[in-house]
Amino acid sequence: MTHQPPGFQLLRNDRDESHLVLTGDWVQGQSHGNFAEIRTDLMHGAANRLIADGSALGDWDSVLMAFLLQCHNHCREEAIEFETREMPEGVDKLLRLATTVRAHQPPAAPRLSWLHAIDPARLLGNIFDSLKESLAFAGEVAIALYRLLIGKANTRFSDFWKFCYQAGPDAFAIISLTSVLVGMILAYLGAVQLRQLGAEIYVANLVVIGTLREMGVLMTAVVMAGRTGAAYAAQLGTMQTNDEIDAITTLGISPMEFLIMPRLLALVVVMPLLTIYANLLGIVGGGIVAGGLGITSLQYISQAEKALAFSHVGVGLLKSVIYAALIAVAGCRAGINASRSSAGVGQAATDAVVTSVVYLIVADAAINIFFQHVGV
Amino acid sequence: MTATGGETHIAVRGLTMAYGARVIQRDLTFDVYRGDIFVIMGGSGCGKSTLLKHMLGLIHPAQGDILYDGQSLFEASEAEQQAMRQRWGITYQSGGLFSAMSVAENVALPMQLYTRYSAADIADVVAYKLALVGLDGYQDYYPAEISGGMRKRAALARAIALDPEILFFDEPSAGLDPISASLLDELIVELKVSIDATVVMVTHELPSILGIASNSVYLDAERRTMIAYGDPRQLRDHSEEEVVRQFLTRSAKLEEEVKR
Repeated sequence: MTHQPPGFQLLRNDRDESHLVLTGDWVQGQSHGNFAEIRTDLMHGAANRLIADGSALGDWDSVLMAFLLQCHNHCREEAIEFETREMPEGVDKLLRLATTVRAHQPPAAPRLSWLHAIDPARLLGNIFDSLKESLAFAGEVAIALYRLLIGKANTRFSDFWKFCYQAGPDAFAIISLTSVLVGMILAYLGAVQLRQLGAEIYVANLVVIGTLREMGVLMTAVVMAGRTGAAYAAQLGTMQTNDEIDAITTLGISPMEFLIMPRLLALVVVMPLLTIYANLLGIVGGGIVAGGLGITSLQYISQAEKALAFSHVGVGLLKSVIYAALIAVAGCRAGINASRSSAGVGQAATDAVVTSVVYLIVADAAINIFFQHVGV
Repeated sequence: MTATGGETHIAVRGLTMAYGARVIQRDLTFDVYRGDIFVIMGGSGCGKSTLLKHMLGLIHPAQGDILYDGQSLFEASEAEQQAMRQRWGITYQSGGLFSAMSVAENVALPMQLYTRYSAADIADVVAYKLALVGLDGYQDYYPAEISGGMRKRAALARAIALDPEILFFDEPSAGLDPISASLLDELIVELKVSIDATVVMVTHELPSILGIASNSVYLDAERRTMIAYGDPRQLRDHSEEEVVRQFLTRSAKLEEEVKR
């Protein structure tokens, strides 16, 4: 079936009335004039009444209704009487339905200049607010920890073991891969420079110290932020949308003790273990590269042994505990504060990863500067 | 405005609820009497669930207070609040079951926390509570594995785990077919009578309101306050507010709604 092209015609346009005749098939896929064209004509005529005449109409669908609704709204704005005549059955009913409730006028948003976006006072205020909130959260964590230590907290150890398993053994594969590769990268980086001095053997020192103090723990932390921190945020965010956190609160249990403590403790326990594992593999990765440079494994091991010091291991493990707490806090806070929608849960997971990575880097810099000054 | 007499169990006094600067409802003052089935009703978006969350102490009021047996909920210390909460049973709009726990673990949790039952006793009591709501045998299912109606009943089983004095329901029968909904209503009435509890319920299911409620309050979204208080059957026939009569007889017309 072929359609007649749709069209409209202003038959009469004077002070008394504008007579608008609609012709052809007003269906989707047909190009019809839009309302803006006729609007200027109507304004020009300045009639008191607009009549839409449907006597010459063929087929119609929502295209016609959308057009008529625009006519109607225009007339309401300009205080013109609007009338339809000889429209197909159903059009008048649909139009009445569409026009019974006035379109909602959202309140005008205050106009903000682009300077507002970079207003230093406001940005500083935001940072201050979020810092304050983080401190409050950390305070609540500390209280829950205290209650746990004196044995009054509602923390379930079955949950703790479950989260240990999720954070630990489940992460072995990816930690293995990243730490071997980081060890190799460190070795390559060092080998190129040390060769100029003929001191390739010191690659072992570089890898051991670099991995133990810095890269092993940092890479583990980044992986855990993406894996476990985001998972915590998504779990708690979903619980928030599902009213579960309200249910816990009204059962008289603190969500802090019941949900956050087992997650935090699991990560704090598991992270140092994963870090030791990552350190070992990192050193092995460095050894592989050293072998390629003509250093025998015996030489590598004996040189590595000379570089090994308790302080390097200790610094790495201390960092791992601090990073674990930061990741868990960032993830749980994002989840608890998530808004109640699927988008909110996604945003929470993103926030968790972004904030934990920022926390990690800032904390890493601070710890390194501190140890530099105390000479450890 | 009349209401059934008796001893006041929950007193809401001059409550104003707001999210930031946006006032949801103001000046709410009403009593829930001991043994009532009290319904909070009103159109969509008028703040019914928000009122319930205030009554549960999940949100702090902008003004006013809520008293349980004369004791203020918001001035109570944390320990006192916890003691009050242990006497409540609550089901949430989406059930609020812990999705990471099985049905049995959900029902058992309040007992593990607050009773001295042995583990074996808890399993027996859980089976009994689940049998009350017709779910015995579903202990090891997870909330995601059972139907919406069963989830509501499982949430009910958890709510009555500690034989509470007050039962709160947020839209208990929303989303259920008429038969399941009326069965759930019947269940609520029977449980209420047998454990002798006061029931506070948010709903806009007319059959529930007219069938089982003994007292009610109507929140109006336009005027942002309560405009009717009393037995819903009386309100249906004699309320001075047209909206309330329309709500309870389901007789509003689109055109009239617009004129208002």
